[in-house]
Amino acid sequence: MKTVYEKPHSLTDNKTIYCPGCNHGFVHRLVAEAIDSLDLREKTVAVAPVGCAVLLYDYFNFDVVEAPHGRAPALATGIKRVRPDLNVFTYQGDGDLASIGMAEIIHAANRGENIVVVFVNNANYGMTGGQMAPTTLPGQKTTTTPFGRDTKHDGFPFRMAELIGSLPAVAYSARVKATSPKHVLAAGKAIKKGFQNQIDEKGFSFIEVLSTCPTNWGMDPVKALKWVDDAMESYYPLGTFKDIDGGK
Amino acid sequence: MSEKVLIKGNEAIAEAAVRAGVKGYFGYPITPQNEVTAYMSKRMPELGRAFVQAESEIAAINMVYGAASTGELAMTTSSSPGIALMQEGISYMCGAEVPAVIVNISRGGPGLGNIGPSQSDYNQSTRGGGNGDYFLIVYAPSNLQEAVDITYKAFEMSQKYRNPVLILGDGAIGQMAETVILPEFKEYSSKDHWWELNGCKGRDSRSVKSLRLAEGTLKTHCLHLKEKFEMVKKNEVEYELTGNDYDILVVAFGTSARVAKSSIKEAKKNGIRVELFRPILIWPYPYIQLAEAAKKAKKILVVEMNNGQMLFDVIYAVKDESRVEFLGKPGGEVVDPDEIYEKIISIRG
Repeated sequence: MKTVYEKPHSLTDNKTIYCPGCNHGFVHRLVAEAIDSLDLREKTVAVAPVGCAVLLYDYFNFDVVEAPHGRAPALATGIKRVRPDLNVFTYQGDGDLASIGMAEIIHAANRGENIVVVFVNNANYGMTGGQMAPTTLPGQKTTTTPFGRDTKHDGFPFRMAELIGSLPAVAYSARVKATSPKHVLAAGKAIKKGFQNQIDEKGFSFIEVLSTCPTNWGMDPVKALKWVDDAMESYYPLGTFKDIDGGK
Repeated sequence: MSEKVLIKGNEAIAEAAVRAGVKGYFGYPITPQNEVTAYMSKRMPELGRAFVQAESEIAAINMVYGAASTGELAMTTSSSPGIALMQEGISYMCGAEVPAVIVNISRGGPGLGNIGPSQSDYNQSTRGGGNGDYFLIVYAPSNLQEAVDITYKAFEMSQKYRNPVLILGDGAIGQMAETVILPEFKEYSSKDHWWELNGCKGRDSRSVKSLRLAEGTLKTHCLHLKEKFEMVKKNEVEYELTGNDYDILVVAFGTSARVAKSSIKEAKKNGIRVELFRPILIWPYPYIQLAEAAKKAKKILVVEMNNGQMLFDVIYAVKDESRVEFLGKPGGEVVDPDEIYEKIISIRG
C-alpha cells in the first residue's frame, strides 16, 4: 500500500494543548516537515518562547531549550556561535518577539545570525488571555483595549516582516498565512527556504505566519480564518520583503 | 605552559578563562570591566572561538545560556548594574541547571552609583539574586593571582554541579596590574553527560528548561536543587586564616581583606594580637570554620566596602552579636588601612 500521509518524524505523538482552530498545530507541522525533508532533525536545537508555544519541547521530536520571555534570538545566537554545525531556530509569538523581545530580534537579525526565526503573529497575547500585543490591529478589542486599540494612545502595530526585511544583513524575510491549502503549501515552502538558507550559510531568515486565535478573538475557527484573510491581511500584506537570492 | 606576566586584572581574568577553554564569550560595555570584553574581542577570534558584543546585558546572559546549553564552556563579565539586568537569565540557568561562569567587577550602587570599587553586591551574589529558590557558587578573589586561579577552575566547578559560578571581584581587582603566573592551556572538549543539547543523533530528544507546570514537578525539582546545594555546602569550603594567636579576628573578603592585611601587620607591630579570617568562597559560606575560629576571639571585626552585608553571615556564624564590631565603607570607595587600624585600636579594650 502506498503511504500518502504520514506524521513527520520531527513531531512527537503528544497531543497539543492548543485551542480548537488555533494555527500553531499547522505551523508546527510545517516546521517539522521542512526539517525532515532537509534531514536536519538530528542536528537541530530549537529555542522555545514564552507564550502558547512554551511547551514546544513536548511536541517537537528534537532538542529544545526554553528561553526567558523574548530572549530566544539571544539564546539562538549563543548556540549557533559555539556550534555552527547545529541547525538552530526560534519559534516565537508576537508579544514575545515584537514587544519584550524587540531588542533581541532586531539585533540578531542585524548581525545576520545564521538562524531561522518562525514568527507566529495572532495579534494578541494568547497564553495570558488575550491582551493587546504589538501586532494588535487598530480598533481591535482585547482585554486591555476594551474599546478597541486606539492608535493615539497605543500607537500602531509593527509590521515585523517589513521591518526585519529592511536590515542589510538579513537573507530572507517573508509573511505567509495558513488559512487555505494553497497558503499552507506556500507557508511550508517559505519555512523550508529559511532552513535551506541556514544550510547554505546565507544568514538570517525570518518567516512571519499570520495565525488564528479563535478563543481570544471570540470567534469560531472558520470565522477566525476569515478574519485573518480580511482584517489581518489588509494591514499585514503577504509577500517576500527580502530575499538575497532575488526570489529564486 | 604556565608563564609569569605583568597584567591588568580584567585582562588576567580574560586570559585565565581562555586558558580554561572557554568557547563562547558574550559581553556588553560597562565600566570598570571593559578591558575583559576588549581583550576577548581580539583573543577569541584568534583562537577560532566565539565572541559577540551583545545588545544588552540581558542578551549577553541569554547568549551564555544558549551556548552553555550545548555543553560548551561559556562566560560573561559585567559590573553591578549589568549584573542586576542579568538576574533573569541567571535564574533560568539555575532552574535549568546550565553551568556557566559570570564575573562581576562590581562598582558602587545602588542604581547607576559610581564606578569605584565596591562590595555592595554581596547580598545579591550570595542570596540567589533573581527570582526563585537557588544559589550561585560565589568566589571573592583578593588579588590577581587568586582571580586568575579562581577563573581557571570556576568552569570545572560550574560543570561539576551544573550551576552557574559567580566571581565577585570589584573595580580594584579589575583595574590594578600585578605580576601573575598564568596557568597552562587546557584542551576542553565537550562531553555528553545526558543533558546537553547537541542534536539528537542516536538518542531521544532532550529539553533544557526551567518550566515545570505539572502538579508536584516543580516541588520535586526544587527539592533536588536543595539536595545539590547541600552537597556543594558539604564539599566546597575555601577560606584563609592568617594565624592562630589572636584576641581580635578581622573578617573580610576580596579587596577589603587585602587592605586589612596591611592594617593587621601594623597592629601586630604594636603588640596587638590580631589575625584575619577571609572567606574565599562566599557561597557556600564557611560558617562552621568561622564559628570555630571566632571562639577564642574577644572581638570580631567585620570590614566591608558597603553598609554591612556579610556582617549578617558573621553574626549567624558567631551567634554572639556582642562581640561583633563593624567597619563599613559604602559608596564605591576603597577602605583605608588607617581606618581599619584605628578601628582595631578602638575595640581592643
